[in-house]
Amino acid sequence: MKQSNTYIFLYSSAMVVIVAAVLSVVATVLRPYQELNIEIAKKLDILRSVEKAELATEVRDRNAYVEEEFEKYIVDTYVIDHLGERKEGIDAFAVNMRDEMRKPLEERNLPVFVARDDDGRENYIFPVHGRGLWGPVFGYVALEDDFNTIFGVIFDHESETPGLGAEISEPFFENRFKGKKLFDDAGEFVSVRVTKPGIVAPGDHNVDGISGGTITSQGVEEMLYDVLGSYRRYFEKRKNI
Amino acid sequence: MSKTEREPMFSAKNIKLLSTPLNDENPITVQVLGICSALAVTVKLEPAVVLAVAVVAVMGSANVIISVLRKTIPNRIRIIVQLVVIASLVILVDQVLKAFFYDVSRQLSVFVGLIITNCIIMGRLEAFALGNRIWPSFLDGVGNAAGYGWILIVVAFFRELLGSGTVWDYPVMEKLGLFNIGYENNGFMILPPMALITVGVIIWVQRSRNRKLIESK
Repeated sequence: MKQSNTYIFLYSSAMVVIVAAVLSVVATVLRPYQELNIEIAKKLDILRSVEKAELATEVRDRNAYVEEEFEKYIVDTYVIDHLGERKEGIDAFAVNMRDEMRKPLEERNLPVFVARDDDGRENYIFPVHGRGLWGPVFGYVALEDDFNTIFGVIFDHESETPGLGAEISEPFFENRFKGKKLFDDAGEFVSVRVTKPGIVAPGDHNVDGISGGTITSQGVEEMLYDVLGSYRRYFEKRKNI
Repeated sequence: MSKTEREPMFSAKNIKLLSTPLNDENPITVQVLGICSALAVTVKLEPAVVLAVAVVAVMGSANVIISVLRKTIPNRIRIIVQLVVIASLVILVDQVLKAFFYDVSRQLSVFVGLIITNCIIMGRLEAFALGNRIWPSFLDGVGNAAGYGWILIVVAFFRELLGSGTVWDYPVMEKLGLFNIGYENNGFMILPPMALITVGVIIWVQRSRNRKLIESK
């Protein structure tokens, strides 16, 4: 059977309209659920960088648990500029680090999350975002209140190689960052280097990288240097108080 | 149609549509289609199972939709129509996963989208659903997707067990105490090439057991 061109045009137009309508209805209906998932995942990452919400995989109502922990431990959030001055009117939680890192340093909105533990000790949490081998790597870095010592980190990635680069999101790698320092004894910002395994890491500024994950490891190193470097003035200011 | 009696829902012929793709005409081990995703998502059991379920859903419904439309589809743009149907279904699945199975959807990331390029699906639409009635088309789609899915799950089971020492994230090897007597996880199993070798072993086992597949000399 051979159809006329008119029929083919009408058929494909109708098809496109129907498909578009169905998909947009579905996307609109599901959007609130998806946004909630993203928000919970983000809150969970922030909490995990300061070793909270550790029961998240065990509790039945995970969303409620994460919200509750977030309310309890995250006491303040604000946005600063590269000089460390507070910027008003911007929601720190909604800031997308990927977009911010593309802007010139002077225009970046830099979020700060303040966590207060049960004993009153404060930690400061900063989102980081960079490039791995296949796609973005990102996470959160929590500093102690000396604005120098790393309290904990959480890394994640979009599509690093399983078993190699993807290992950056495993606790064994993340734990290596604990207690490392961002500033050297002279007060210079040096960040933390991720070096090849085998090289004995000297000092407080080196962690062992991952064998077979060299480019991802370098990505993590660059990410820490670039993103935390934007906060440098803020750290220096707060450090000396 | 009026002379012949209505075929029962599960006639021998229809059952065969469902069962041959599981073994004699398995899309992966016999037709060797859809290998790409079989390599990528079989590092762990959970994503493999989710992808298998997603493919069953997409393939079953795509075959039904194409079969319903088969008399109206203009012959000259039939491939485009098939692609649009598959692509929309895959987007639907992806959106649902993002809304209700967020963790798994993060693990699968791009591979849900890559169902669109799974050659098995378009192959069945073109070869079967375009020329057959709705119910047989549905069975054919589900059968082929299941044939694809069970291979995926078997491969993922062995790769997770030998590569990570776990089954569905449960640390089997650790509980058995094998690490204490010097056993180590085989990191090779995590890499894509080992999926190919695992599929190869499955094909070998299948061919040695299934007489129909042994080629005559």
